[in-house]
Amino acid sequence: MTDSSESSGTSEDKAGTASSVEPEPEAGTVTEPEPATAPATAAGPVPAAGSGIAPTAFLEVRDLQVHFPTDDGLVKSVDGLSFALEKGKTLGIVGESGSGKSVTSLAVMGLHRASRQQRSKVRMSGEIWLDGKELVGAEPDEVRRLRGREMAMIFQDPLSALHPYYTVGQQIVEAYRVHNDVDKKTARKRAVEMLDRVGIPQPDKRVDDHPHQFSGGMRQRAMIAMALVNNPELLIADEPTTALDVTVQAQILDLIRDLQKEFGSAVVIITHDLGVVAELADDLLVMYGGRCVERGPAERIFATPQHPYTWGLLGSMPRIDRDQTDRLIPVKGAPPSLINVPSGCAFHPRCPYADVPKDNLTRTVRPELGQVDGGHFSACHMAPQERERIWTEEIAPKL
Amino acid sequence: MTETTDDESQNTPADGPGDAASPAASDAEPLLRVRGLMRHFPITKGLLKRQVGAVQAVDGIDFDVYPGETLGVVGESGCGKSTMGRLITRLDEPTGGSIEFEGKDITHLSTGRLRPMRRDVQMIFQDPYGSLNPRHTIGGIIGTPFRLQGVEPEGGVKKEVQRLLELVGLSPEHYNRYPHEFSGGQRQRIGIARALALKPKLVVADEPVSALDVSIQAQVVNLMDDLQDELGLTYVIIAHDLSVIRHVSDRIAVMYLGKIVELSDRASLYASPLHPYTKALLSAVPVPDPKRRTERDRILLKGDVPSPINPPSGCRFRTRCWKATEVCTTTEPPLVALRTGHQVACHHPEPVTGEPAAAGGAGGKESTGGHA
Repeated sequence: MTDSSESSGTSEDKAGTASSVEPEPEAGTVTEPEPATAPATAAGPVPAAGSGIAPTAFLEVRDLQVHFPTDDGLVKSVDGLSFALEKGKTLGIVGESGSGKSVTSLAVMGLHRASRQQRSKVRMSGEIWLDGKELVGAEPDEVRRLRGREMAMIFQDPLSALHPYYTVGQQIVEAYRVHNDVDKKTARKRAVEMLDRVGIPQPDKRVDDHPHQFSGGMRQRAMIAMALVNNPELLIADEPTTALDVTVQAQILDLIRDLQKEFGSAVVIITHDLGVVAELADDLLVMYGGRCVERGPAERIFATPQHPYTWGLLGSMPRIDRDQTDRLIPVKGAPPSLINVPSGCAFHPRCPYADVPKDNLTRTVRPELGQVDGGHFSACHMAPQERERIWTEEIAPKL
Repeated sequence: MTETTDDESQNTPADGPGDAASPAASDAEPLLRVRGLMRHFPITKGLLKRQVGAVQAVDGIDFDVYPGETLGVVGESGCGKSTMGRLITRLDEPTGGSIEFEGKDITHLSTGRLRPMRRDVQMIFQDPYGSLNPRHTIGGIIGTPFRLQGVEPEGGVKKEVQRLLELVGLSPEHYNRYPHEFSGGQRQRIGIARALALKPKLVVADEPVSALDVSIQAQVVNLMDDLQDELGLTYVIIAHDLSVIRHVSDRIAVMYLGKIVELSDRASLYASPLHPYTKALLSAVPVPDPKRRTERDRILLKGDVPSPINPPSGCRFRTRCWKATEVCTTTEPPLVALRTGHQVACHHPEPVTGEPAAAGGAGGKESTGGHA
């Protein structure tokens, strides 16, 4: 199928997505009954597509679950995640370590099953649609043909993601020749061209350098060059700037933005830094304990966040653009174990407002994503008016 | 200020520009006084280990730390900030310059002679996983400083350790557990408890929160803040995150390639940085507000930090500076005070606007330090 063009309605598409999600039978690990539909059915122009029907969005993830059986129990790294992304748009996934961000990205890339060791171990369900093709049930060979050509990934630590034995050029050439039937000379020319594009000085000389001869920022640029050598339509960047200095981080973020404009690809950026997503993302997805707790257009989420966890993240950050505050407002406690995710709302042990909803609701019933307004969803038991009040009266003035 | 006798190789530059380091607090004696501090790591070659060069990690820095204040040190990786931290705690020996702690020269003291000083200067490390011995219990780890210093706290070591655990927000029952049973944030608290065991005067924290998640980071920052108020601690906090540094520091030193390029009180530095490098650093900090994406004029520095083996002549920042002129290649700019409590090492600083507000803020901050 053809990609839908940059429709104005990314958010509406998402709304449609949420309504189309049906809990898979494998979700039996969850004890409480799940409300099958979100109240957003009317929001999207997308015809209500049941499971198995190709979506219109370029990338669509439906009720993704990635579980790892271990000796200590089942680790539910991702437990029912859905989102959609159009070409030319950027989705930011934010969360703390262990919230399932990286596992999600590896699942989209089909890398959980690529390793032989893990193939027997990982349990994946749900659907991942990339450009009209379903990836979770697809043959590994088929996914491998897509990987690198249609979707590519930038990893956090370029030194361990690049092979120390081969030159940077050889590694880019290899990535290019896997998918394109060209001779070495052409591929090398292409590698130099890409290194030049990502801003490496003297690319015709540096192409023969080994990764250790590059600085941290240059390695990250080389990895971006390698990821983009086949003009992928989906680029996943997993903490692309976490290991870098702030000046270099600014360069890399700028580069990703420019390249996206140039190639029109869809970008998923995964980070724990709300500042970084604010720089890049059109849409935002906040993850906690393997699930999405809030998602929507970035501007909306930063202006009127609706989930106490998002408030907590914003309150924890010292901000350079605001007046000096005396104290940060941390989230109490620590992130949950993914083996024993707290019952009900996974955030309730750390939530200062856990007792606001009546009847112990937060501890018994898992909240589903509910629409706040136009494409902005939040999974919280508190009534929207209540959240609105707490945000404007208690949280916002302190940030 | 009395000099100790056992130090011959003291080559302090006669009271240089560093004396203006903190005019706001000039009435108080500095707790730590650093002059012309240098650390060059030799590069050797061949069988005879002939020295062919040196990594100039720290190359002549001056600063003072006053009792009760927090000095923040920022800079990119490789600028020498961690080496500086290891030098002032004397975990490493300087190749030049002098360090005075409470008026006593500790630049080249031997391990044995340093030991009494170790009680007063403690360090918090970046990596909460690497800095705790996995084979020792928490009680053992936090109790070790008492054993090493031969201190018998009131009520016994165990009781004191449990009090410390409570102080940093852990449960006293954790006494017999091992480090692997704790999360990153909890481990960092253990590291803090260990550093505080002997009631030090100066705590040097090297990237204390950078390995932690945002929500946990805020907990640890608040904890360090509370402990400073409670125990009258003096901090030197080394970090690369400018928003964290702004939150915790009273004064801030910006380092670039082994030099301090700007040293100022917090309000003045963040309101109007004078050094182009500081300006670029501040403009590069991502701001969690998508609306400001378009408004900001960001200064993008070109390229990477040059190698500290062959630093550029003159001003070290000139290779990446948009203001660099002829004079920058030939003359190294000295660190001079252009405003009250605001020093900068640049030939072409940003225009200085008289800002009484900034200076006032500094004075207020310093006065809190004065009582300690």
